[in-house]
Formats: sequence, structure tokens, C-alpha cells
Amino acid sequence: MKKVLAILLAVVMVLSFAACGAKTEETTAAAPENAVIRLSTTTSVNDSGLLPYLLPVFEKETGYKVEVQSAGTGAAIQKAEDGNADLILVHAKQSEEEFIQKGYGVERLPFMYNYFVIVGPKDDPAGIKNCADAASAFAKIKESGSKFISRGDDSGTHKAELKIWGEGKEPNPEKDDWYISAGKGMGDCLTMANEMNGYCLTDKATFLSMQKVLSITLLLEKGEDMKNTYSLIAVNPEKVDGLNTEGAKALIDWMLGDEAAKLIAAYGQEEYGVSLFTLLEK
Amino acid sequence: MESIKQAFALLLSFDKELWQIIGVTMRMSLLSTVISCLIGLPLGALLGTKHFKGKSLIKKTVHTLMGLPPVVAGLFVYVLFTHYGPFGSLNLLFTVNVMVIAQVLLITPIVVALTSSFIEGSSKPVIETAEGLGFSKFKTAALCISEGRASLFSVVLTAFGRSIAEVGAVSIVGGNIQWKTRVMTTAIMLETNKGNFSFALALGIILLLIAFIVNAVASIAVKEPKHD
Repeated sequence: MKKVLAILLAVVMVLSFAACGAKTEETTAAAPENAVIRLSTTTSVNDSGLLPYLLPVFEKETGYKVEVQSAGTGAAIQKAEDGNADLILVHAKQSEEEFIQKGYGVERLPFMYNYFVIVGPKDDPAGIKNCADAASAFAKIKESGSKFISRGDDSGTHKAELKIWGEGKEPNPEKDDWYISAGKGMGDCLTMANEMNGYCLTDKATFLSMQKVLSITLLLEKGEDMKNTYSLIAVNPEKVDGLNTEGAKALIDWMLGDEAAKLIAAYGQEEYGVSLFTLLEK
Repeated sequence: MESIKQAFALLLSFDKELWQIIGVTMRMSLLSTVISCLIGLPLGALLGTKHFKGKSLIKKTVHTLMGLPPVVAGLFVYVLFTHYGPFGSLNLLFTVNVMVIAQVLLITPIVVALTSSFIEGSSKPVIETAEGLGFSKFKTAALCISEGRASLFSVVLTAFGRSIAEVGAVSIVGGNIQWKTRVMTTAIMLETNKGNFSFALALGIILLLIAFIVNAVASIAVKEPKHD
């Protein structure tokens, strides 16, 4: 019975591939044997639209199919440790290094960055607009007692925020009324900041993509402590079973290649007039 | 297995935040159950016993609302209570009260539908008997409630079960704010998103335990009639 099913399945697959091939024969490369690549990434990369913009090009050129799972950095890494992803694309250096130390990751390949930005009410009650960096802006927000919406979800952005407050100086969500620990994704937190007329640390891409529906505005960017570096890490086949290591390698090579570099540098220009990500010097 | 151990360890550790979350969860689900039953039980009884024009349309509407996706209910309440919305000046968004409002919207149709179909199905013989015996209207109603209390009781518990398990709507209108509007289900969502799968599962087990305890206490209080 199983054999019959397997044969049937194979026939169906061959037929469907044939059907696909017939339609797009000229443009799509032949599908590799193991065609599905599972990429576990953070919401900010996916929500900013970067991956939906890049991946179709890669898929068309190579015949691979990339399945993107997006979650907070914590969950993105956990999924890879559980054997549910072939590679990760995240932005939390410390967690990435732990991931590699535990043997799950092969090598950390930082390849692009952008800046976190601080957004808040147009009238800027805390007066952070001319601060030199995020740390001094945070201090002013705290002093003024203005609302601050924190991701509070262990994501890369949340970790970056905690780092800016400084170890031991993080606000206490239980006692500090002005500090809202939302435990939600970037988009939800921005909506909340908008509702409460509060401040929020966010990646620029997500903010720009939602700007139209928000009344809060961009107040501070490009402080030295606001740099946000993204890395690719292939999952280690010696530690985890059932990986598509070849596919992961193909995707990493492509992402680090010249064509992707051009595409990434151009991303955002058309829609927002600025690049959302900058490539690291090689 | 690991999660079960973790669940009990958590409960026994009397973690302040966990108990605060349990407190908010109970307040929200009990309040929404009581309110939706206060509205839904009489309405259901009315639909089940009286005949009037437009009844079938009302019943169809109620049955449709039973399938209302929580996210839609949440969005609807959000739009009403958002800063610039019609009720924005009440400043209720991201509070437990607005979570209760969303829950009542979700649960009341279920209470109405279940009550009316139960009364339609089972109360007729009771009413006929009561009429035959020459009981007053008040006494008839009392008899119906007494005879049907096991079923009415299960309607109430269904409402409670729905409200304690609901996540989509309360996450939208409550905001899952730590120490304020975080409930068990949104805490579970958060831990899942953080990648703490076994901890999230432990919280799920605690949620089930709470539901079990509430059910047990309630059934002692009501004393289900024996079927003999």
C-alpha cells in the first residue's frame, strides 16, 4: 500500500513539475534534487518586505523554493535548534554567538546593517530630537515620564533596547508605569505607541512601511549605539538531522554575492527614497 | 514530561508574575462569563419559548455570530475604542475592561444559541406538565430552571471555557501588556514567539488546571441533579 502511494506521489510530482516546466521553461532553472530551503528569520526582515523582494529572484535563478518562517529572534533560533530550519537570518549578536557555541551554527556571516530609530509623538514632549545617541534619548524619556513601548519579547530589537538602557538600568515594567512591556511584534508595538502617544525603538524599515497609518514620527536615527547588524548562519549538519545543507549554502552564497548586493542597496529607494539596508564592507 | 514538571514547579514557586497573570485571567473570564450569561440566558429563553415575527432571522443572525472569528471581534472593538474612535475618549483601550467587552461580544451569541435550542428541545414537556397541574407562570419558570439546570450549567461552563481560552481578540484590544493586561493565553503566545516552547507548554498545562478547578468548584456549587 505504501509503495503504491509512493509511486502515485512520485507520478503526481513529476507531472506537476512537468506542468511548471512547460509554463516557465525559458526562465526557471531546473529544480535541484532537494528543492526546499527552510529559512528561519526575524519578523523585521520579513515584514520590511526585503525577503519577498529578494527571494523570488533567487528562486527563479536556481530553482530552489525558500520557505520563510518569521518570528522573534528567540523563536527563530529555537526553531533552527529544533531541526526545523536549514539556515537563519537574524540580528542579535550575542544569541548568534551562543547558537554557534552550542554547536548548532556553522559560521556567523554578518552581511548587512541598518539603524534602529526612535519614533515618538510629533511634539516630542521628552525633547529627544537633538540627542547624540539612543542612550541619552532614553534617559530623557525616562526623566519626562513619557510612555515608552518596549517589545518585551526577547527579540533582537528588544535585546538591542535593553543594551541601550544599560545592564542593571533597565526600567522595571512592574513599577514604572510609563514603561509598557508589550510582548508583541514590531508592528503591534508601533500601533500601540501611536495609540498611547508614546516613544518606541524600532527598525526603520518597519516604521517606514507603516508610516502612512501612524501619527507618531521619526525623531532620532543613526546614533552610534543604534546600529543593527544582520547575519546569516547555516545550521550545522553534524548537530542536526535532515537538513538541506546544499540549499542553505546556495542561498548564503547568493545573498553574499554581487547581484544580491545590488538588489539590497537599491531596496527602499523607489518607495521611500532611502536605502533600508546597507551592506557591510567585505 | 519536562513541561508537566515545569508547570508544577512554577505553580509551587509562587512566582509573583505568574499569579498576577492568573489573577487577570480569572477576572477577565469570570466577568465576561457573568455578563454574557446575564444577557444571553434570558434572551435565549425568550427565543426558545416565544413565537414572534422575525424570530427566524434573529436565530440565523445569532448562529452566524457564533462563528464570529475572535480576531474580527477584536478588530471591531479596537476600532470602536481606538484613540480617535467613537469611544476613544473613554480611554479603555489596553485595559482589562475592554477585553471583557470583546469577550462578551464573542460569547453572548453562543450562550443565546445554546440556551434557546436547549429550552426548545427539553422544556416543552415540563411546561405542559406544569400547565396541566395548574402551576402559576412563576412556578412554571422555576420548574423549568430546576429541571434544566444541568444543561444551563453546561451553557455557563461553555461560556467560561471560551473566554479563558480566547487569545486573538484579547491580544488585539488588551495589548498583552506585562503586569497589566497579560493573560494566560497571550503569555503562552509570547513564550512561543520567544522560542520557549516547553515553558509555553507548562503555562498551557496550568491554564488547563485552572479550568479544571473552576469546573470542579462550580459543579459542587450547583450540585448536578442525579439521573435516575
